[in-house]
Amino acid sequence: MQNIRANSLRSNPNLQIRHSDTIRIILGLYFMEQKKFDMLIVGTGGQGLITLLQIISEAATSEGYDIKTSELHGLSQRGGSVEVHIRFGKKIYSPMVAQGKADLILALEEQESLNGAYFANPKTQFLINQFVIPIPLKTSFTEKEILKQLGKITKNITLVPADKICQEKLGTTVVSGIYLVSFAAFHNLIPLKPESIKAAIKKIIPPNYMELNIKTFELAKS
Amino acid sequence: MEEIFSKNSGKAILLGNEAIVRGALESGVNFVSTYPGTPASEIGNIFYKISKEAGVYFEFSTNEKVALEASIGASFSGLKTLVAMKNFGLNVCLDALFPFVYTGSKGPTVIIVADDPSCHSSAQSEENSRGILLATHIPVLEPSDPQECKDFVKLGYQISERFKTPVVIRTTTRVAHQKAPVKLNEIPNNKSQITKGEFVRNKHQFVTLPPRVFEMKAELLEKIERIKEFSEKSIINKISGNGKIGIITSGVSYLNVMDAQEELGVNLSVFKLGFFNPLPEEKIKAFLRPLKKVLVVEELEPFLEDEIKRLAKEVNCKLEIFGKGLIPEIGETKPEDVIFALAKVLNPKSQIPNPKQIQNTKTKIQTTGRLPQLCPGCPYWMVISAIKKAVNENEVIFGGEIGCYMLFGNAPVNLQDYLFCMGSSMGIAHGIKKATKGQQKLITFIGDSSFFHSGIPPLINTVFNKSNPLVIILNNETTAMTGHQPHPVSAGMENNINIENIVRACGVKYVKTIDQANQEEFTNTVKDFLEKDTVSVIIAKHPCKFVKK
Repeated sequence: MQNIRANSLRSNPNLQIRHSDTIRIILGLYFMEQKKFDMLIVGTGGQGLITLLQIISEAATSEGYDIKTSELHGLSQRGGSVEVHIRFGKKIYSPMVAQGKADLILALEEQESLNGAYFANPKTQFLINQFVIPIPLKTSFTEKEILKQLGKITKNITLVPADKICQEKLGTTVVSGIYLVSFAAFHNLIPLKPESIKAAIKKIIPPNYMELNIKTFELAKS
Repeated sequence: MEEIFSKNSGKAILLGNEAIVRGALESGVNFVSTYPGTPASEIGNIFYKISKEAGVYFEFSTNEKVALEASIGASFSGLKTLVAMKNFGLNVCLDALFPFVYTGSKGPTVIIVADDPSCHSSAQSEENSRGILLATHIPVLEPSDPQECKDFVKLGYQISERFKTPVVIRTTTRVAHQKAPVKLNEIPNNKSQITKGEFVRNKHQFVTLPPRVFEMKAELLEKIERIKEFSEKSIINKISGNGKIGIITSGVSYLNVMDAQEELGVNLSVFKLGFFNPLPEEKIKAFLRPLKKVLVVEELEPFLEDEIKRLAKEVNCKLEIFGKGLIPEIGETKPEDVIFALAKVLNPKSQIPNPKQIQNTKTKIQTTGRLPQLCPGCPYWMVISAIKKAVNENEVIFGGEIGCYMLFGNAPVNLQDYLFCMGSSMGIAHGIKKATKGQQKLITFIGDSSFFHSGIPPLINTVFNKSNPLVIILNNETTAMTGHQPHPVSAGMENNINIENIVRACGVKYVKTIDQANQEEFTNTVKDFLEKDTVSVIIAKHPCKFVKK
């Protein structure tokens, strides 16, 4: 299914918006057949991965799915590479995505997408934030290198300059993760209704930041 | 967070640690003590926030041994208690735990011990607490998911109440930090119980003086036999599936086994153990008897596998037993490890490759290898900068400790020549100083929380046995690494505890408290103190940037 979607995207970039409902139904059928959806969020400690995990878990639960997630705390949070696992479906056992089994890998930082490669297969979708946090004392991987490496595994790579968009339209980059999760829902990269994500944002995000986060959600639609 | 406490029915998505808190609250816990350590930290953090409202006594104790002792006192006074710690905390409190298993509890007591396979949040060792717990004879339950975290804590209290023994719930990172929907039950309103404790003298139970201690041991072994009978019948030791090939597993490994079965399209006989100690030996023997092959899926050292081998000898000599040859002993067991192992057991010629080999050869994708770093704006950067100005790093030995400052071991800081456990930096420094007749210069670091945890005895030892390391106590006013829990000299603590006064009282002649923002004074003091012939101490006092003013 994901390949079909990628092909139709290539032939007509507007198709997914106009036919989003149809695509959602097809994705839904595929998902029903698989019985589960496996995803990872990769990034660096401090990028807010756990908030995004909470939002997706909440949205999946609201749609009646069983969920399991795995996250890391403590030492791993001090700016190092971090991955969180999210799995939902009819019945989920392990909180961890198995090697090569991810349906979606959301990278909050470009270079960190490489750490997601372990979990990817030719059908895996990568949604990558075009944003670089330099690695201390190392030369950064260029976007070209990253795409070449990931391209060895899958062709389904979507790059989105979420930090840039959020800075330009909202004046802050703190919501770039929310933008990406919303983007994933609007663009059928995750089999959850955008409305469920919106409701989850309303439940998880503290009231003071609600308006900004809802604006971010709406921004990801366009 | 609020759901843990406010909701009384329905379901909530909880972290394993949150479910543990919920289980304790639903059991009507009265007294909670802990020292923070990941992956157990959230348990204390939540009680710190809700204890007043929940009517529970809560404290961050100065270390895990003190935390356990506080709860022993509360249990002896009749209260229902909870203690939480990470694996290394178990080592610290072991001296009190052994006799506590002999005396048994009065108020029901549950102890949470969280292991960290793969050392996601740990230095020092990939400790498997199971072996240590076996040595104490304490009953141990191992949940797989947040629902079981809650249920097993409640069962733990029931076992504790019935058999008058403390009970350990052993989790691992992937259980403690696993989120899943948990069914909520009512929290009893027992706020008034918090002050209802009363210590009723009972020397027969509470005093371990020989020769009574030998009788106690006999009583303990007899008690464990009775708990074994309970374990034999317990529904948390459950069998599913069928056939001549079996799997024995527990904890998060059980979940990976169920996924591996789905992946390979099989439904084998699976024995999921909720009890790690005492094992339901008769039930296991009955399970093993008809099998041809059995796979034991457990993380780290093969404690369970060894027991299975022993039991199999009694009932089924021909049984083929698989375990550590297929399941890794180092690092956490991942879903793909179990798929590989199970495929091999089903068919020795299985083409499913070993995940370790795929990782090394097939994908050949470079990873970022991004290591954790001190935060931008961390006050420790100013300590590092002053030291680098004061000394030639190559001519000084640097002692490391557990806390954010253990990241001094990473580039570009590189100020760490040994790293052990909490409180060890000074003790080892003393030995190096004595062994080298004080000829090699040595600077050793210790954090404020670690100093209170176990830094005072080794400091006294440097005075008592006369050595001259330079000790830098990093006072950032919080237990930063584990999530900013308060300690005795955190802002807002109402007491007269003062690190400099303690250091002076230990007999240290050269001691100075300096804000490292004053780089010149700090640099000059490091130079000056390194020349002293007795131990010297600098207290680097500057709050962590995350400390709330």
